[in-house]
Amino acid sequence: MHELAIAQSVVEAVCTRAGDRRVHRVTLRIGALTAVVPEAMSFSFDLATEGTLAAGARLEMVAVPAAGQCRTCGHHGPIHGLLCPCGSADVDVTAGRELQIVSMEVS
Amino acid sequence: MCATCGCGHPHEEITLEQKVLARNDHLAAHNRDWFASRSLRVINLMSSPGSGKTTLLERTLRTFPGPAAVIEGDQETALDADRIRATGVPAVQVNTGAGCHLDAAMVRDAVERLDPVPGSWLFVENVGNLVCPALFDLGEAARVVVVSVTEGTDKPLKYPAMFAAADLVVVNKLDLLPYVDFDLDLCRKYLGPREVLALSATRGDGVDAWLDWLLTK
Repeated sequence: MHELAIAQSVVEAVCTRAGDRRVHRVTLRIGALTAVVPEAMSFSFDLATEGTLAAGARLEMVAVPAAGQCRTCGHHGPIHGLLCPCGSADVDVTAGRELQIVSMEVS
Repeated sequence: MCATCGCGHPHEEITLEQKVLARNDHLAAHNRDWFASRSLRVINLMSSPGSGKTTLLERTLRTFPGPAAVIEGDQETALDADRIRATGVPAVQVNTGAGCHLDAAMVRDAVERLDPVPGSWLFVENVGNLVCPALFDLGEAARVVVVSVTEGTDKPLKYPAMFAAADLVVVNKLDLLPYVDFDLDLCRKYLGPREVLALSATRGDGVDAWLDWLLTK
């Protein structure tokens, strides 16, 4: 359940940046390899925003599939966990590790 | 007039494009500098609960030729730190309560209490969990993921984030291999180019190679 710790980091960052303005929406970019579960993230976000300037804010999540460059077959594209579709685990991960705050809406 | 919530104030879109865990990463960078200034070799040990991390540390510390210290992470109890201290090596226990991982701030606080001798190997035994600890940089020099033969060959496929971040994968409980359905060759294949050491922390097979690996850190 690392989503709660992640949500607390998000709320801390957006509230600091918002100053004294209200936060209405937060957009996150979440890579498949971060093992962040969207439902748990939404639940944790609602808990973490309680009593803050972001209370009631909407959470948007942009999912980034895992992708990589395979050193065995040369494939560059979607991977499944650690594996290239060819079955090799000798893969440079090029996407899927993202865990970023993209933007927010304030007033 | 705001069309979204009717609050009467103009809404503004703010682009942040920042890492969620930027604060942890920042603290971890400070830890890394602090460790370097004291020549501390910091090893982050991660695994599921029950893979034998503490047993591996007990075996390691009884014969390890260099100075060492240990930070033990668990949700509750000081049982593991007590086991480590019984080997004669200083240890502090961090209890994370509801938390499922150690973070850079916890390690900073623990290392201040521990105050290891400069030049030590500092082992950080993370909370038993194959998901959350992978995301949190502690400032370590190397990440070791321990998996035991009783857990199943497919662990690297099920928890890719953890294994992708490993500098070394230790396959423990090799003494139990004849009794379980674990395919070491297939597990190695799933781990690709990652370095793998198979050993038995209780019986001692393969432990010399592990000690040699540690001494290169």
